[in-house]
Amino acid sequence: MKLKTLLASTVAMTFIGLAAQAQTVGFSQIGSESGWRAAETTLTKQQAEERGIDLKFSDAQQKQENQIAAIRSFIAQGVDAILLAPVVATGWDSVLEEAKEAEIPVVLLDRRVDSSDDLYLTAVGSDLVHEGKVAGEWLVNEVGDAECRVVELQGTTGSSPAIDRKTGFEEGIAGHDNIEIVRSQTGDFTRAQGKEVMESFLQAENGGKDICALYAHNDDMAVGAIQAIKEAGLKPGEDILIVSIDAVPDIFKAMADGEANATVELTPNMAGPAFDALDAYWKDGTMPEKFIQTESKLYTPEDDPAGEYESRKDLGY
Amino acid sequence: MNPRLLPLYATIAIFLVACVICYIQFPYMLSTRVLGNLLTDNAYLGIVAVGMTVVILSGGIDLSVGSVIAFSGVFIAVMLRDTGLPAPVVFVLLLIVTTAFGAAMGGLIHGLAMPPFIVTLAGMFLARGAAYMLTIDSVPIDDPFYEMLRKAYYLMPGKGRLTLIGMVMLLSFAVGMVIAHRTRFGASVYALGGGENTARLMGVQVGRTTVGIYAFSGFMAGLSGIVFSVYTGSGYPLATVGTELTAIAAVVIGGTLLTGGSGFVFGTFIGVMTMGLIQTYIVFDGTLSSWWTKIVIGGLLLLFIVLQKGLLRLTSARFSGGLA
Repeated sequence: MKLKTLLASTVAMTFIGLAAQAQTVGFSQIGSESGWRAAETTLTKQQAEERGIDLKFSDAQQKQENQIAAIRSFIAQGVDAILLAPVVATGWDSVLEEAKEAEIPVVLLDRRVDSSDDLYLTAVGSDLVHEGKVAGEWLVNEVGDAECRVVELQGTTGSSPAIDRKTGFEEGIAGHDNIEIVRSQTGDFTRAQGKEVMESFLQAENGGKDICALYAHNDDMAVGAIQAIKEAGLKPGEDILIVSIDAVPDIFKAMADGEANATVELTPNMAGPAFDALDAYWKDGTMPEKFIQTESKLYTPEDDPAGEYESRKDLGY
Repeated sequence: MNPRLLPLYATIAIFLVACVICYIQFPYMLSTRVLGNLLTDNAYLGIVAVGMTVVILSGGIDLSVGSVIAFSGVFIAVMLRDTGLPAPVVFVLLLIVTTAFGAAMGGLIHGLAMPPFIVTLAGMFLARGAAYMLTIDSVPIDDPFYEMLRKAYYLMPGKGRLTLIGMVMLLSFAVGMVIAHRTRFGASVYALGGGENTARLMGVQVGRTTVGIYAFSGFMAGLSGIVFSVYTGSGYPLATVGTELTAIAAVVIGGTLLTGGSGFVFGTFIGVMTMGLIQTYIVFDGTLSSWWTKIVIGGLLLLFIVLQKGLLRLTSARFSGGLA
């Protein structure tokens, strides 16, 4: 019996010893409910491979219980770090405490939790208000002092991206009285709704002749709206300026065709900054900031949209 | 050999084979840590599966349990937040509600002679809807008593944690075994699973037993809801969607006949552990898609259904052969 335990623990030690050479990281992903999330998964795997990190990937199929079980298994396995994209904000205390006791750093990706912040190393995410602000500032620069009547396609009513991206845009155009949001309705983040709502905007605004710009809370709605504008006999990108958020491949395609003017990236590469923070932590115990904000980069037709489309189209969007 | 025992042996054999495969590939899986995780992570599922075993043994089905677990979590979270009642009182209130809910479904099934599938399907929507009525958000539970329950565990050698909720599951199985195999109620459940008319001829009080069965399942779902709320420390109306089906799968993989009348509560325990083991294996591997869990469970289910059908043929052939 004693021999057996000794043997088992030796095996376990070798296992841990091996893991120390090539770092092992467990990644508990929510699921693959959207193209963006699929791209996040693809990029995380790519980033891990480039850095020689052994990534253990677990798809929770939108269930918190699966995520908790996966994290416990990661801890039992003795991984060197855990990446977690939490499906809900509540209910993580116990399992995060276990990870902390096992001295395994946890990095949150994209979404936040309501646990005390000493239970995780850091959180990587974007600032939704900032994204809206970048879009608003672009419009301010673009139109200068000219009058501009803006129509807005909002995201799902009451969702935090819709609220924050609206607030941010309003902050971005604040103090420029020549720019005015004349109509604002929800397009529910979908292409079909974006097209439908844009059609009604066009009818209400003198066939679209009174609209100077469209601000859509995501690219999908903008792509739908571009279709509606074309069907109304106007040129999207020229007659009506188009600015949206997310930077998905299809908006770059539209941009390359001259039908869209600007998009603000919500990067699916949350793992890159997370691995950077972990590398520093493993090396000499450097504690990162509790929130690492990803860049909200603005893309315009000058940024080689055709090239961007090529590099993004295979990420799983 | 008693053919009724065959599915149980098959279940145990599959579990042992799975253990060996896991051990060969990932030696570290045979640690107390993984054992503790298996018990903790599957506690809510195991508890609800005990109730489901009794229901299926009687030839019925209870589709409401997943929603009842979600309702329980939300009920507890909202009550603790808004009323200031102490947690144990809320637990008792909740168990009364869910047991009464189960009993009412049992009453409808017997009184209106309706298929359990339909009645408990209605129960499933009702309970989920009620959870949404209470809140549409995920409500954190901030209560010192909960903190205590959450942190209650026995540290096994090798750093594995035998948590309180894991122990509640083991206890539930023990109680379930006694009720199913050692009481008059249990005997009535098996008789009912063999056929309602026969059961009546044998002197089983069909109405009372049916109400009792669904009340028991409701109670177990409530208990599972408490355990789930300790597990996640919150109430979330979208939680445990589809858990009733996972529980049914665990019961069938555990060797219980879906048509009722034959099976063992212990088999369900092995069924739950087998499913947990598959999930752990896939996380340990880290490259397989987690949907493989579902594929393997689907394969196992099919295997057991075929096995059961074969056994039924075998026993009925022997029976008619005996008559000739």
